Amino acid sequence: MNKSNSSTRLAYQKIGYGFLTVMAFLTVIPIVLVLLYILKQGLPAISWEFLTGFPSDGMKAGGILPAIVGTIYLTIGTAIFAVPLGIGAAIYLSEYAGDNKLTRAIRISIINLAGIPSVVYGLFGLGLFVIFMKFGTSILAGSLTLGIMTIPVIISTAEEALRSVPQSFRIVSISLGATRWQTIRRIVLPQAVSGILTGVILGLERAAGETAPILFTAAAFFLPRLPTSPFDATMALPYHLFVISTQVPGMPIEIQYGTALVLIFFVLTMNIFATVIRSRARARRQW
Amino acid sequence: MNNKIIVDHLFLNYSDGTESLKDINLFIPEHAITVLFGPAGGGKSSLLRVINRLNELADVVFLSGKVLLDGENILDPKIDINQLRRRIGMVFARPVVLPMSIRSNLTYGLEIAGVKEKSLFDEAIERSLKQAALWEEVKDRLDDPAVALSGGQQQRLCLARSLALQPEVILLDEPTSGLDPISTGKVESSLQELKLLYTIILVPHSIQQAARVADYAAFFLQGELVEYAPGKDIFTKPQDKRAEDYIEGRFG
Repeated sequence: MNKSNSSTRLAYQKIGYGFLTVMAFLTVIPIVLVLLYILKQGLPAISWEFLTGFPSDGMKAGGILPAIVGTIYLTIGTAIFAVPLGIGAAIYLSEYAGDNKLTRAIRISIINLAGIPSVVYGLFGLGLFVIFMKFGTSILAGSLTLGIMTIPVIISTAEEALRSVPQSFRIVSISLGATRWQTIRRIVLPQAVSGILTGVILGLERAAGETAPILFTAAAFFLPRLPTSPFDATMALPYHLFVISTQVPGMPIEIQYGTALVLIFFVLTMNIFATVIRSRARARRQW
Repeated sequence: MNNKIIVDHLFLNYSDGTESLKDINLFIPEHAITVLFGPAGGGKSSLLRVINRLNELADVVFLSGKVLLDGENILDPKIDINQLRRRIGMVFARPVVLPMSIRSNLTYGLEIAGVKEKSLFDEAIERSLKQAALWEEVKDRLDDPAVALSGGQQQRLCLARSLALQPEVILLDEPTSGLDPISTGKVESSLQELKLLYTIILVPHSIQQAARVADYAAFFLQGELVEYAPGKDIFTKPQDKRAEDYIEGRFG
């Protein structure tokens, strides 16, 4: 290899690095723009009355309390259904299941479940929970629908977290006379718990922001009071945002962006929480 | 001398065909170090893992014969397998400390076994660490994470962790393969004391180690037990030509 050849290569390499660096920075631009834009447009609307009041004057004034409370209820409801089921399934798949036709079928189902458009879940929830099971348009039906949508996310992240625990820990534990379940409970789960929690929060965060699955199953256009039972319909932030952006003529723009800001704040808080858990666990990790 | 373990017509096959055992018959005497040696793939580790039934975690397609521990067939499906593994401790080639403190590593097996008295824990910690020649080095930092120890210390902790359960048999699968000569020496000299209390079965990481520690030695080649004799005989005047060739370094 002569000298000019190697310096050409070096130049190519520098161009390549530069190109990749630019690409990496480009990905930051949309998120920053979205945040700044919504912050700029929505911040003027944020006030104590906005956060704690009911909508008034045909939604054109007042607050969004019922939508905030509704989203919290729906998120909790989703967690109640999806978290035990998702983690249980992940433990089964990672720790107990062999590689056979049944588990392959389960895995394929999970992958496909994750790929179904959210509006299809909404329609499915309408048919099964609202109509067939007679739950009506309710927090219960909405939570179940969001739960089904969230389960694959929780299963795949939890399974990945469980699998990242070294196999040698399991073998040592079993060689010391522990059963499989004792090994899972005392060695595997404590090591995987942060990864599992991260997956849970990311799944719930997605559920909290979804509109289509609750469109037919839980969401109300407007309610004069807060829901009092799981069988009540509810307002919710993403649906409320949809309503005030498309269904109400002459809507003040800062209320729209104020609502979007609250929704983003809600989701981002969960996201930051997940990141903190993950990084703290990583610092504590002993392998 | 009592035979602690009797291996009786043992056959084993893995589904991937890597290693197998063909009609193994072996008497393992109590309070002695029995060494299983030979080239890789000979079946030494497989036999070790049959004795505490850890082979069940791998993909064994065929297993027949008997392994008697004090006359009881441990391959019997009705046997309490977790109790069996408390009676037969194991140390692996690479030190795997559990992700917890030194103390918790040592008490883990006891807690699993349902022991609750704190005095028993303290007693087991001190005894097992002394037996593994680690007590002096860690007695003042038992609550430190076990990963903070050096590789040699970790391996002695793994040995102590098995000893904390007061097993009857200790299986060691190349326990010094990753250790420096000083740590290796410490492990080997503790084995000489431990054999007074326990039955020891060792897969050595070298033929020299086999010759140093063996009271009895079994030479395995491609799943067959070729020769089994007291250590002082097999390494000086092996009967079988293949064992002789291996011991003298003509293959391996």
